[in-house]
Amino acid sequence: MTSKTTEVIVSIKDVHKSFGDLEVLKGVSLDVRKGEVICIIGPSGSGKSTLIRCINALNDIQAGTIHVCGIDVTDPKLQKLELRKRVGMVFQQYNLFPHKTALENIMMAPTLVLNEDKETVRTRAFALMQKVRLEGKENAYPGELSGGQQQRVAIARSLAMNPDVMLFDEVTAALDPETVKEVLVTIKDLAQEGMTCILVTHEMGFAREVADHIYFTDNGVIVEHGPPKTFFTKAKDPRTKEFLSQIL
Amino acid sequence: MYEPVQQGKILSGIWMTIKLSFYCLILSVVIGIVGAFAQGSKNVIIRSLVQGYIQFFRNTPPYVQLLFFYFALGQFTPTYSPDGWLEIPIISNVGWAIISLSFFAGAFNVEIFRAGIEAVADSTKEAAESLGFSRFQTFRYVVFPLAIRVSLPSLNNNLINLMKTTTQAYGIAVPELLYQSVTIWNDYPSAQYPTMLLVFVVYILLVGVLVMSMNRWERKLRIPGYGH
Repeated sequence: MTSKTTEVIVSIKDVHKSFGDLEVLKGVSLDVRKGEVICIIGPSGSGKSTLIRCINALNDIQAGTIHVCGIDVTDPKLQKLELRKRVGMVFQQYNLFPHKTALENIMMAPTLVLNEDKETVRTRAFALMQKVRLEGKENAYPGELSGGQQQRVAIARSLAMNPDVMLFDEVTAALDPETVKEVLVTIKDLAQEGMTCILVTHEMGFAREVADHIYFTDNGVIVEHGPPKTFFTKAKDPRTKEFLSQIL
Repeated sequence: MYEPVQQGKILSGIWMTIKLSFYCLILSVVIGIVGAFAQGSKNVIIRSLVQGYIQFFRNTPPYVQLLFFYFALGQFTPTYSPDGWLEIPIISNVGWAIISLSFFAGAFNVEIFRAGIEAVADSTKEAAESLGFSRFQTFRYVVFPLAIRVSLPSLNNNLINLMKTTTQAYGIAVPELLYQSVTIWNDYPSAQYPTMLLVFVVYILLVGVLVMSMNRWERKLRIPGYGH
């Protein structure tokens, strides 16, 4: 792995988030350093996805602060565009644009949002297709690709914006078991290149192998966290232990 | 067969019907798109304006709308005078017919596009948003292209109806096919049935062309591996 700096790139402090009366996040704090890979695990409904959606302002929060690359996400005058240039996001359901080919999916944001030259972007898009091991599928429509292939196009699409942080929201949860691996390999490649990654995942084996730090959330709080070595073997909190015993 | 004068009337009537339909189709679709976009606005006033527009034009008879536009609003339109004597309103009866019928069909088009827009998954919009697309870019490049594919069959129906509704412009003396036909059979009662038959045939052909081009468009927009 590349060397990690101490520069904090994502800083979350005492974040509270409610949907109506339901409080989903009850004071969550965590820091992510440049180049780090963070996995957030926990039972369904524990607020993991909500948390990473707050990082790129897809959800707003009621209290606390979130800083990404020095941008105050909770600032009411937040320039969302500046934030979104920095943060890439990959979703459980891929969410590719079905009316555009794989290559067009990748090229759209850089040409429309960053106003980059089309030919430069095309070259980069081809390179990204190669990076996610999909060369030859450039002109396929999402509907013609398998779930795993679509998800890799979605990763390439986010990477085309040259983000500083990548968010992965249960990106393998909708995939067939045999295609999970190809997506995980792609993410692992990224992690090894030094991309800062925040993942919400149920893939414990993957988390243990790739993550620098694991956070366990339950009921809107971070119950326990630590590097994978100690986290998986020396969990202290009974809730963590119970969760791990069910899943491992 | 008709005499040259009658033949000329029929041809100019057909041409007027085509022009009227063409402008109304275009304008009503534009109204539909703009209205559907405005309906997604965060501004309550804009949303209720669109809603009010739809309710008014959808729930009142198009013929009454036509008369209202021409006779009521027509009174207040500024006029110009080419020779110092005549006072010609800047919007002619043809203009009012186009405006009135477009707004009528446009109200339905807003609802038709809205249905298509609602069929686009929120998660797809979120993906666009998280890539930095503005609300307009998301609409222009993602939501609308997907919505139009869902909307086309209903749009097709509404545009067919619109084309047939252009005959009501007869009521404000727009010289379209029906108007010209009536003047012919008023002069020559014996020509009434054949002329009616002709009107039917012309409409079958005109609507046929419209349906064919809409179907072709639908096929062209079909995406491999999507929606079926």
